[in-house]
Amino acid sequence: MRVLVLGLGNALMSDDAFGVRVVERLQSRYRFPDGVTVLDGGTLGLDLLPRLEGVDKLLIVDAIEMHAEPGEIFRLEGEEVPRAFANKLSVHQMGVQDLLAVAELQGCCPPELVVRGAQPGSIEMNLELTPAVADAIDATVENVVKDLLEWGIAAEAIT
Amino acid sequence: MANKIAVDPITRIEGHLRIEAQLEGGKIVNAWSSSTAFRGIETILKGRDPRDAHHFTQRFCGVCTTVHSMASIRAVEDALKIEIPTNARLIRNLIMGIQNVQDHVIHFYHLHALDWVDITSALAADPAATSKLAQSISDWPKSSTDYFKGVKERIAAFVNTGRLGPFQNAYWGHSAYKLPPEANLMAVAHYLEALEWQKDVIKIHAILGSKNPHPQTFLVGGVASPVDPNSQNGINADKIALMMKLFKKARDFVEKVYIPDLLAVAPFYTDWAGIGGGVGNFLSYGDFPESGGNDVDSYFFPRGIILGKDIANVLPVDERLITEYVTNSWYNYSGGDNKGLHPYQGETNHNYTGPKPPYKWLDTDGKYSWVKSPRYNDQPMEVGPLARILVAYGAGVPEVKGAVDFVLNTLGVGAGALFSTLGRTAARGVDCLILAQRNEKWLNELAANIGRGDYEVHNKERWDPSTWPSEAQGYGTHEAPRGALGHWIRIENGKIANYQAVVPSTWNAGPRDAAGQMGPYEAALIGTPIADPNKPVEILRTIHSFDPCLACAVHVMDGTGTEIVTVKAL
Repeated sequence: MRVLVLGLGNALMSDDAFGVRVVERLQSRYRFPDGVTVLDGGTLGLDLLPRLEGVDKLLIVDAIEMHAEPGEIFRLEGEEVPRAFANKLSVHQMGVQDLLAVAELQGCCPPELVVRGAQPGSIEMNLELTPAVADAIDATVENVVKDLLEWGIAAEAIT
Repeated sequence: MANKIAVDPITRIEGHLRIEAQLEGGKIVNAWSSSTAFRGIETILKGRDPRDAHHFTQRFCGVCTTVHSMASIRAVEDALKIEIPTNARLIRNLIMGIQNVQDHVIHFYHLHALDWVDITSALAADPAATSKLAQSISDWPKSSTDYFKGVKERIAAFVNTGRLGPFQNAYWGHSAYKLPPEANLMAVAHYLEALEWQKDVIKIHAILGSKNPHPQTFLVGGVASPVDPNSQNGINADKIALMMKLFKKARDFVEKVYIPDLLAVAPFYTDWAGIGGGVGNFLSYGDFPESGGNDVDSYFFPRGIILGKDIANVLPVDERLITEYVTNSWYNYSGGDNKGLHPYQGETNHNYTGPKPPYKWLDTDGKYSWVKSPRYNDQPMEVGPLARILVAYGAGVPEVKGAVDFVLNTLGVGAGALFSTLGRTAARGVDCLILAQRNEKWLNELAANIGRGDYEVHNKERWDPSTWPSEAQGYGTHEAPRGALGHWIRIENGKIANYQAVVPSTWNAGPRDAAGQMGPYEAALIGTPIADPNKPVEILRTIHSFDPCLACAVHVMDGTGTEIVTVKAL
């Protein structure tokens, strides 16, 4: 079984970097068994398509607009994850939804999909997360580890 | 009766790109382009080691991760007078070359094509007639009746799920779509093939850049990819052979699918050869050095400007004549807003005076955009593949001249047709073709140079900050897929004192300047016919022909399914 934990976001844009920061913390605190990839996907859209090939279970970590309080955490699963390729003016607007839509069309969309994320407070240019969103990192790291455990994967804590 | 419309891809992220247009008699008579820009990088970079700048600038953009690295390391190399080795020059050319090729194909099939190709019409196509059409324009093997029958069934199944996914578009069935169903089906088939193709060819970035996403090979003074024929980890004969296969795959698709499709679709839209012209001034920094380290005179695409559509006179570029205005942008300059500033003196003081969102209209008499207005010698300039191709054509580059004349002859139009929405789209295809063909030459040169025993990839002479002057400044340019990209850096005592980037879409999307001159998007929209103000697909065609690059900054997923584009008619 191949599993991909994919952190997404722009490291320069404050809370948009949430997914990237979660992945960094996962990498510094845990060792993962073979078949599990933990990847900082940046803001790449279609360039990530090859990384989805052959993946059985995909866990995306991203900032999610849920019109909620900053730092509130969410879990979306399967069909709850929007796959829209709405009208756009730029290929640069290709986001994770488009990646998933295209993967589906190509028949390489991972059969199991979970998204973990937090409501961003600020997406202005800044290298720091806002405090409420930074506080959500640890909980999300733990939740990702739990999700992996449900898939039968034990991440080993680095002591 | 005057009629005003706004096309605004409102996400929750403020701005992106918004077009307001005034209509009269079914045509656009005035237009305003407003958008967010990626500003504030200087505050993040100030005080840092200039050798690290590219790690930050690389993250500007979610698609062209390489371009801002390239401009950044070149700016530092210019400031510190560093010459890079031959292998580094060739490896950089290959990275830039495949970036352009992949990017143009994605733009054509996955974004721009949907402005011209009606997916729903493809469902009415006869697969046998489609096969006949495909075989008449190319010897591309995937062209049988059964193949197109399969594609049609796949699309029908996808549409029947009720989730249109990539094909969600409000404009299907619009009278501005002119292609017969068979051409639509062929284009949809190639849309799917391009997806598969791009996924493979971009592996070149992983081979040369150690990793993808975000290749890591960029380095002030050269590249970090080790060249070593005796190592599994370096660039060796196996890797060169693998890259050769991928570059060939890239070229095959461009020659046998992209260009034939472009030439097959264009005749249905020849009216667009007279629409969308714009400012008529063009700037190309030039790129792809073919000798020395970064010898401007050896650039495959030459550096130059064209004024007033006069392609017979390619003029030299003097970087000192570049300024940015904020007269109509939400910034203040300490010396007054009606004077342009050179990027070395660039200032970024926010001054939002626009309406409080949600709003209906911007105050287009005052400041109305987050994008500044770059000018060259006080003239607005269009940048991008069209500028690159026109400058090369005017300068007499044989490969470009041959390809452009072939396209013009095939379509039966004169060079004047290039100054249009269709011309911009065709120029992107030509740009893609020429680079797809050139990449293999650079790869062969790299192999030959390594064969001569030259494994040098980095010039270390000025790596140590103790060798630097106490003050230095420089600029780095790059012809990114979307055109002229420049980074300007000032270094003081080994640290970054100021940093400014003027990106291609700022040149194209910027608002009016102090003299009231429109930016290229705005000027290009004047005269565009709009069949239905509620569905202004015509605006999208012209704006998309520039391949806008504005929304690269953020990556928030919308979990609530908010509408991305709204069109308001008044």
